[in-house]
Amino acid sequence: MYQTYRDLPPTPVTSQTTEDMPTGTWRTFRPVIDETKCTKCYTCWKFCPDLSMVVEDEDAYPHVDLDHCKGCGICANECAKGAISMVREEQ
Amino acid sequence: MPASRFTIPRDELMYPGHSACPGCTEPLALRYLLKALGPRTIINVPAGCCAVIPGVWPRYALGVPMIDHAFECTAATSSGIRAALDKKRMSDVTVVGWAGDGGTVDIGLQSLSGAVDRGTDFIYVMYDNEAYMNTGVQCSGATPCGAWTTTTPVGKDIVQRRGKKRIMDMMVANGITYGATVNIAYPEDFVTRVRIAKATPGPKFIHAFTPCPSGWRMDPSKSVEVAQTATRTGMFPLYEYRGGRYQFTKEIKNRKPVEEYLRLQGRFRHLSPAQVAEVQLMVDREYEELRSKMR
Amino acid sequence: MIEVLTANYAAAIAAKLARVDVAAVYPITPQTSISEKLAEMVASGEMDAKFLLMESEHSAMSALIGASYVGARTFTATSSHGLALMHEVLMWASGVRRPIVMPVAARTIGGPWNIWGEHMDVITERDVGWMQFFCENNQEVLDTVLMAYRVAEDPSVMLPAMVVEDGFILSHTVDKVDVPTQEQVDRYLPRFEPEPVVDLDAPRRFGGLVMPDWWTEFRYRIAQDMEGAKNRIVEAEREFERVFGRSYGGLVERYRCDDADAVLVAAGSAAGTAKEVADRMRDDGKKVGVAKLRVFRPFPSEEIASLSTVPMIGVFDRSYTFGDGGAMFNEVRSALHGSDNLIKDYVLGLGGRDVTVRNMEWIFEDMLRVAREGVDRKVEWVGLRDGTGRW
Repeated sequence: MYQTYRDLPPTPVTSQTTEDMPTGTWRTFRPVIDETKCTKCYTCWKFCPDLSMVVEDEDAYPHVDLDHCKGCGICANECAKGAISMVREEQ
Repeated sequence: MPASRFTIPRDELMYPGHSACPGCTEPLALRYLLKALGPRTIINVPAGCCAVIPGVWPRYALGVPMIDHAFECTAATSSGIRAALDKKRMSDVTVVGWAGDGGTVDIGLQSLSGAVDRGTDFIYVMYDNEAYMNTGVQCSGATPCGAWTTTTPVGKDIVQRRGKKRIMDMMVANGITYGATVNIAYPEDFVTRVRIAKATPGPKFIHAFTPCPSGWRMDPSKSVEVAQTATRTGMFPLYEYRGGRYQFTKEIKNRKPVEEYLRLQGRFRHLSPAQVAEVQLMVDREYEELRSKMR
Repeated sequence: MIEVLTANYAAAIAAKLARVDVAAVYPITPQTSISEKLAEMVASGEMDAKFLLMESEHSAMSALIGASYVGARTFTATSSHGLALMHEVLMWASGVRRPIVMPVAARTIGGPWNIWGEHMDVITERDVGWMQFFCENNQEVLDTVLMAYRVAEDPSVMLPAMVVEDGFILSHTVDKVDVPTQEQVDRYLPRFEPEPVVDLDAPRRFGGLVMPDWWTEFRYRIAQDMEGAKNRIVEAEREFERVFGRSYGGLVERYRCDDADAVLVAAGSAAGTAKEVADRMRDDGKKVGVAKLRVFRPFPSEEIASLSTVPMIGVFDRSYTFGDGGAMFNEVRSALHGSDNLIKDYVLGLGGRDVTVRNMEWIFEDMLRVAREGVDRKVEWVGLRDGTGRW
């Protein structure tokens, strides 16, 4: 979108969200949810700083947004049922 | 119809892809704040972690307008925004000054004091990670005594501070109409206090506890647990100043020993058992002082 | 209507006529009566503005930046230490393109303490990206505040502006001022409707971090727009003359320069004294002129360069910045680079010392002597107590 100084907005104002930033590339570990243990309490959704634990609707299992999840492990630590484990990324 | 499992509002006013460290609790604080306030909010932010977390031009991670500005003048900028909104008869828009602990109790104190004194109708939120974290963990007026930082390194006592500045007491004396401590480990309470603040006219002060895994030298997965332990041990009591009175919003009857909080963090690793005992005495004393304000 | 006003009162009244939305105030000598006059006018209802009683100048400028983003026309005034205290925020204001207009009752900066008129405070802010207008008299102060809003808020400019009134000399002395009517000013100044503006339906971030890959381009835009402001200033003045019947000669007023042997480049009230003395000397057959520098930022390079036909140029510096001569001297000399004028720096009027008719006579005689004999010294501190008895 911005090629030359002429394309710049008249004041430094933003024009898009951060959604296309691949913060998922930061992580070493990724959360894996065991749905047999998950009670859909949505504590993991509540405590994810990166909005990467997604719950589509009221009765759905949460799932991880792997494009953005940084692998901090808060979800695994806070899950009262131990339904989330942090698994090392293969690479 | 069963109660919703969502104990805080579902709508997000924030986007993923922001630049916070893994495990940082500041985005949690922003997330809860914005859920509580909704889209008719303008937030102004000085230098600090939250000047970097929302992304880099041209990208932006929040769903409300944000104004960046210099370090000292958070509350002053909020005053200006408020004045212009009032002139344009947009008094339903909430103005939030959102600054870190250093930017509030140290360099931002004059500006904050002025805005409160003027009766500015806004919410000031101090997100407290207990040091100048954005510049790499330097001691601030909100750093607890005994915590390692790069400017209070372990060794000779080169700085003799009085303790964590009692900003809530200072703000009450300054004339806030409502004050509350909130903790990201208690999101429902966080949302409740912010909403009470929004509904209260005048200058409001919210002290948000936001642990920093990078600067506190701890496992990022433990950020929320550490925050919760802070309140459970009495290191960060949850209370509000409302209608001219102090009251607990979450009174902890049997506080856990502070050692449980300190041992989770590398910044306290060097404390001797005698020093830990001193911390325990200090917490006991301050908790009792706080309780005595509530009679 | 003709009123008898100090420049401070004239500036405050201009703010009222400009329909300023938000005014932030903090007292400092010699600007304080601007703040007091604003308070009086808002309290009486004569001025419909939000009045912010701030706790420092740094906070005053910060508040206005916030207000300006929401679409408010903004105003404050300061001097000296107050201006210096605002320094980083002045850079914010220009960097994020907020068209704030601010009279500065120019005063020196301590230490040690000195509360009196000089240009040091505004000269040290020549680098911050603000337009700077220097006024000769109280009428020009009122008029320039109005013109400054018109230029600053132009979408092709969107830069803040200082309107400089010499501390005490103009700020505190009364003079006849023709105060325009509200109807005239409404014809001249459109409503302030900036784009972009804070919009709750389209949330964006204003002033967030710009990385090295784009910083240069943002700064280039400011440089371009500051340069383009020169034309906007001339147009604004032309329109001003159409509505109010007064004009000031553009970026540099050339007063009897065309056939002069020596011209003094001067800014502020001393330009008026210089013109008075130039007239007397012309009566004596001496060919001198005055180039009154009305606009210091953007620097009127072309207008100054057009003085290359004048054999000798003197530059009046009402401050000293310890460079290779004074600040104005350096900028004028730089604009004349390549031409072979004789050029000399005259430093006087510091810390409230009057620039007298006698000083001016000495300067013009000295310039004519230099025109005949060549430059004796680069910088002359006129009136210095140096024991030589020259003064």
